[in-house]
Amino acid sequence: MRVLAISGSLRRDSNTTALLRALREEAPSGVEIEIWDGLKGIPPYDGDDDVIPGPANVEALRALVREADAVFFATPEYNSSIPGALKNALDWASRPLATNAFRNKPVAVIASSAGAFGGVWAAAELRKVLAAMGARVTEAELAVGHAHDKLDAGRLTDDDVRDALAEALETLLAEAAPALVAA
Amino acid sequence: MSTIEQQATGTFVADPVHSHIGFEVPYAVATFSGEVTDFTATLADGHLEGSAKIESITLRDENLGAHVLSPEFFDAERHPVLTFNGDVARDGDRATIEGEITMKGITRPATLVGTIVGPTVDHFGATRVGLKLETVVDRTAFDMKWNMPLPNGEPALGNEVTLKADLTLVAQEA
Repeated sequence: MRVLAISGSLRRDSNTTALLRALREEAPSGVEIEIWDGLKGIPPYDGDDDVIPGPANVEALRALVREADAVFFATPEYNSSIPGALKNALDWASRPLATNAFRNKPVAVIASSAGAFGGVWAAAELRKVLAAMGARVTEAELAVGHAHDKLDAGRLTDDDVRDALAEALETLLAEAAPALVAA
Repeated sequence: MSTIEQQATGTFVADPVHSHIGFEVPYAVATFSGEVTDFTATLADGHLEGSAKIESITLRDENLGAHVLSPEFFDAERHPVLTFNGDVARDGDRATIEGEITMKGITRPATLVGTIVGPTVDHFGATRVGLKLETVVDRTAFDMKWNMPLPNGEPALGNEVTLKADLTLVAQEA
């Protein structure tokens, strides 16, 4: 099973992306997690450029989403919402809306922030956007507050967060392949 | 009308050309409606069974249709069919059907009320029964909870959805 992991942060030393690296370590056997690093290469959405095929980097993202059995998002919170770059990538991926790559795709959303609330508003916003695109938004929830205190040199050191990541992944995998998890 | 004439005994099957199934839901300031084009209905000795393919919900906007089929509403991929069954109670031209409706894998009791006409022999010699029914369901009870606030803070979409069936049912050869 293939899970595409998408971080909403572009920063090299991002806490959010570090959570996805930790997630990858929690992948059960038979589950491959690929962390997408193409966010910065997605051009600003422009309806004039929205033709088929779209820009190469956009088509590459669409193909990755189509090929994945599920998508796991981790987002930071900017001004009570998701980063513009992430929203922009989703706006591209959502086109054409009725047949977009995220339609019926199982997705999980977690968030992190330097503050106490762990990006809960960004997570809610991202869930809303993904649901509007037709994705199968799972119940998996995790908001990692004070994220910088739970990482050391980009490595997750908090066992509770690690367990919660594994649980969120389990929820996503159960949605993506109910029979596989039950077996 | 005699009691015997009022009984629609035997098996009657919906004629899709002369039948219509649809829904209405309050949206913003008005009513939003749509129809389902691929459905079946059978009335057998007073028991009505119907099913409708969710993918055949017809709206006048492709993107809106995709949203309605998505997991946020019907989740057509996992729950492709809506079903109903119940027993018809007739009082003159009034029909009441106590039954169960299943949408999105969730079954709830539902009472359909309306009118019944016939059995009547049509101009081709076929025996027909007309059933015009509706019921109101709370969409949130079927795990369809999407909404969006209007600028005044009120939700854009109502929760109470009226389901309507206008059926022409044709007697099957014994």
